[in-house]
Amino acid sequence: MANTEASFVRTEMVAPQEPPLSERGVVKWVRENLFSGPLNTILTVLALVSLFYLVKLSLPWWLHGVWKANSLGECRQIIADAYGPDATGACWAMIRERWHQFIFGFYPPEMYWRPILSFGLLFVALAPALFFGDRRNNLVILAGVALFLLLSLWALDNDLLHIALIMMMMAGFVALVLIAPRKLLWFTLIYPALAQFLLWGGSVWGPVLTMLGLAVLAVVYVVLQPRFGVVMASAMGFVAACVWWLALQSSVSTALYTLMPIGLEALDSDQFGGFLLAFVIGVSSISAALPIGILLALGRRSDMLLIKTLSVTIIEFVRGVPLITMLFTASLLLQYFLPPRTNFDLILRVVILVTVFSAAYIAEVIRGGLAALPRGQFEAADALGLDYWQAQRLITMPQALKISIPGIVTTFIGLFKDTTLVTFVGLAEPLRGITSIVRADIDWKGIYWEPYIFVGAIFFLCCFSISRYSMYLEHKLKTDHR
Amino acid sequence: MTKSVFLGTLAASALVAGFASAGTLDDVKARGELICGSNTGLTGFGAPDANGEWQGFDVALCRAVAAAVLGDATKVKFVPTTGETRFTALASGEVDLLVRNSTWTFSRDNDLKLDFVAVNYYDGQGFMVKKDLGVTSAKELDGATVCIQTGTTTELNLADFFKFNNITYTPVTVADDAEAQRQYLAGACDAFTTDASGLAASRATMPDPANHIILPEIISKEPLGPVVRHGDNNWGDIVRWTYYALLIAEEKGITQANVDEIAASSTDPEVRRLLGVEGETGAMMGVDNAWAHNAIKAVGNYGEIFAANIGESTPIGLARGLNELWSKGGLQYAPPVR
Repeated sequence: MANTEASFVRTEMVAPQEPPLSERGVVKWVRENLFSGPLNTILTVLALVSLFYLVKLSLPWWLHGVWKANSLGECRQIIADAYGPDATGACWAMIRERWHQFIFGFYPPEMYWRPILSFGLLFVALAPALFFGDRRNNLVILAGVALFLLLSLWALDNDLLHIALIMMMMAGFVALVLIAPRKLLWFTLIYPALAQFLLWGGSVWGPVLTMLGLAVLAVVYVVLQPRFGVVMASAMGFVAACVWWLALQSSVSTALYTLMPIGLEALDSDQFGGFLLAFVIGVSSISAALPIGILLALGRRSDMLLIKTLSVTIIEFVRGVPLITMLFTASLLLQYFLPPRTNFDLILRVVILVTVFSAAYIAEVIRGGLAALPRGQFEAADALGLDYWQAQRLITMPQALKISIPGIVTTFIGLFKDTTLVTFVGLAEPLRGITSIVRADIDWKGIYWEPYIFVGAIFFLCCFSISRYSMYLEHKLKTDHR
Repeated sequence: MTKSVFLGTLAASALVAGFASAGTLDDVKARGELICGSNTGLTGFGAPDANGEWQGFDVALCRAVAAAVLGDATKVKFVPTTGETRFTALASGEVDLLVRNSTWTFSRDNDLKLDFVAVNYYDGQGFMVKKDLGVTSAKELDGATVCIQTGTTTELNLADFFKFNNITYTPVTVADDAEAQRQYLAGACDAFTTDASGLAASRATMPDPANHIILPEIISKEPLGPVVRHGDNNWGDIVRWTYYALLIAEEKGITQANVDEIAASSTDPEVRRLLGVEGETGAMMGVDNAWAHNAIKAVGNYGEIFAANIGESTPIGLARGLNELWSKGGLQYAPPVR
């Protein structure tokens, strides 16, 4: 049995050798990605050289930044004293002194808690819509909002009672999410009125009664729907709500206010500015444009001639007109058609026209999604006996919207950045409006890059977050097998 | 129901439109607030400061009008207007009065149906060059590159000037003042042209003001002043005479500080009429007799406004020049109050 110990086959594996140096680690990555061929090599070298010069030129400017000074001249003096007469440097002292105007415009400082609270609550309202009652994500959002509110209100010296009240409210939301995450959607529904009340102030009854108009619509719909069908019932509900809003609301609201004068100090629209303005216009236009866009897209594919023609006309007309033209219409032309002394708020006018503008684009994006659906889906919905709205709600829209996510998000990001165009109608948006106001101050005249960098960074943060969220959503909704 | 409401609104609005065109003064009084079209931000002339309070040379005139009409200089709402929207904002009734560095020109007066009621600042277009360029007159700028804002009268003036003097230039067009200053400092152009007041403000904030000179030639007339709508003469008179009141105040030595005292003690008949101690000057215009008193009390006389916002003691450092009183060799001249 001695020869059994001499085996031909190795009993243990040879230890794996390290791959050659050129085939592993950093070297491999660099070779494959940066120097894989002559063209790539040249491009890499060129890119590195230009990057080097860019950094060489701008790095001192970033490093020499001054945060404490009272004017641009003082900034220059500090930089010259510290780094020599020819040194350049950023003058961030301007941001330090004027940041509140970039964020809040001319909103009275003692009321900053109002926009901050509405900003925080915006995410509470968005959470159920963004994460569909996913408890963990909702809680993360709520915790983030609570922390944000706590820190910013504390930093702005609000009294502790206020902060405690707001924190109790946040705790209430957390409890709600823990018990019934989907119920948070009700908050989403009342959020627009709440935000309007917080931002503009005035009597509490205006927004409350406006929301009541929606309730009127719902009641009329529910009562009439079995008898007249969906379309007639919703149309009559809409008419009833309009009668409420236009004819009755203001007198009821005045009467209630004399009985119970509850409210916040009223503020004028011209006190809005900076990112507060960008968010007011952006968020309200985005949230109104999506449903209108869906309706327009459906209208465009409808068999009913009138609805189809109307939708096509609106979409094509609006897409054929530049946004600037719409803004000028909002600020100048509308005034000619309104009776004198009517004070139709400029921000509201702009929001309406920006909404119409982006709704037309959204409509086309969603139409693309609808067109991508196989015909079988529509036929299957019919075969199941679903009526038109059921088919849209349960079968068509979920799929079409999923396909359209990248397009919709692109439109939203574009819209959010387009809010800077309102500078042309004299609104104090952050990029040019506030910047030119700051530059008009003799102390900061001549400052150039700093405000752009500051505003650009905030815009980037917002748009990048929106785009990351859309990627998360696409990933979550991916149901096909790849 | 809805239809009749709609028609009713239409009829009512037509009716209101008929009344409203009658008088801006009544509108302002009814509203209790003056709406003043202002700049989106121009150093020294009009911009909100760090607290959101509007400050500046043009702003002070708006406040004076508010004080004259409503008795309270704080009852003004400033509506920022851009170069594109300013005249439409005025014509459409969005603002009552426009005090926004607007040049009084023939076409604006006649074609746009506006009334320039006074000239509160006589400006003119000038050039700034770097000292080491060795240029001492604008006529030596042959072949120069010039930084200029697009879509302004300055652009047209520049073309006229170079054509008339038979010399050539290359325009470097920029969007706004800040951009122009940056391009000029970065060496993208040899000369930078805009209104002389703007040049002075730009120069004052440059890192090395001593290395830049403003050339002596002023190539255009830029009379800047408050604007009202055509056809509302009563309102135009109120704005014009509020401005004149500030001028007369400077002439007579009435200041923000001593106006109360002078009103009580002065024996000069014109001063007494101006300050409403004697006669019915306010009633003739449809405002309170203390209109001029209120305006001067609120913002000071013309000289004080000038000195506080753009004068030689401020960093902008503009000399009075043409804007000196007529009695001291300038062009500012107010008709008598009689």
